[in-house]
Amino acid sequence: MKTLHLVYFARLREAFGSAGETLATDAATAADLVAELAARGGVWLAELGGGRVFRVAINQDMAQLGDALPDGAEVAIFPPVTGG
Amino acid sequence: MSRIRIVVGPQAFDLGQEYAALVTGDVDSGAVAAFVGRVRDFGSDSVMTLEHYPGMTEKALAAIVDTACARWPLAAVTVIHRVGRLAAGDEIVLVLTASRHRRAAYDANAYIMDYLKTEAPFWKLEQNSAGRQWVEAREEDDTERQRWEAP
Repeated sequence: MKTLHLVYFARLREAFGSAGETLATDAATAADLVAELAARGGVWLAELGGGRVFRVAINQDMAQLGDALPDGAEVAIFPPVTGG
Repeated sequence: MSRIRIVVGPQAFDLGQEYAALVTGDVDSGAVAAFVGRVRDFGSDSVMTLEHYPGMTEKALAAIVDTACARWPLAAVTVIHRVGRLAAGDEIVLVLTASRHRRAAYDANAYIMDYLKTEAPFWKLEQNSAGRQWVEAREEDDTERQRWEAP
């Protein structure tokens, strides 16, 4: 088991009704984590189940789904960015 | 070493002041390129709210500027990005790049904006009398960025 600090932004924060949570999980990679969250069903499945595009950052660096999740990591999930 | 100034916050910026600060004491930079991004009007009573990811935003902008400084001979770079509530016509973003020659100043400036738009964690929420909606990312922005990745 590891502990992850999850944070959500913008449309996903509103859809999930949460700015973040602390999660105890066995997820080894970002893809594992996303699958675990999507398995909650409802809005989690709608946003993370493959129908919509999202991005993941690990410890404040943009990440790929195959990237490993270190214990204690801050993992952010958010829509594609729209600044500038 | 390039002089780098990165600011993320709600405050408005003054192009003249930022330019003066950039070039003060620098008589070698023969070129300064400036880009200002502004809020377009998207309907009556429109208000835009810029959300960001505190911590990662500054880190992402610093990484983009560092890469630009490694690729072009830049004497100084300023990047200011506003967050919070903005109205049509308000300035959102400022990028200043100073170099000995104009090509480096122009190209580095465009590079920084192209990466900012696709890598820096900002999100725009538009609200007007018709409702509210999160702005969707544009595929064209990825295409613009990819031109810098070609061999």
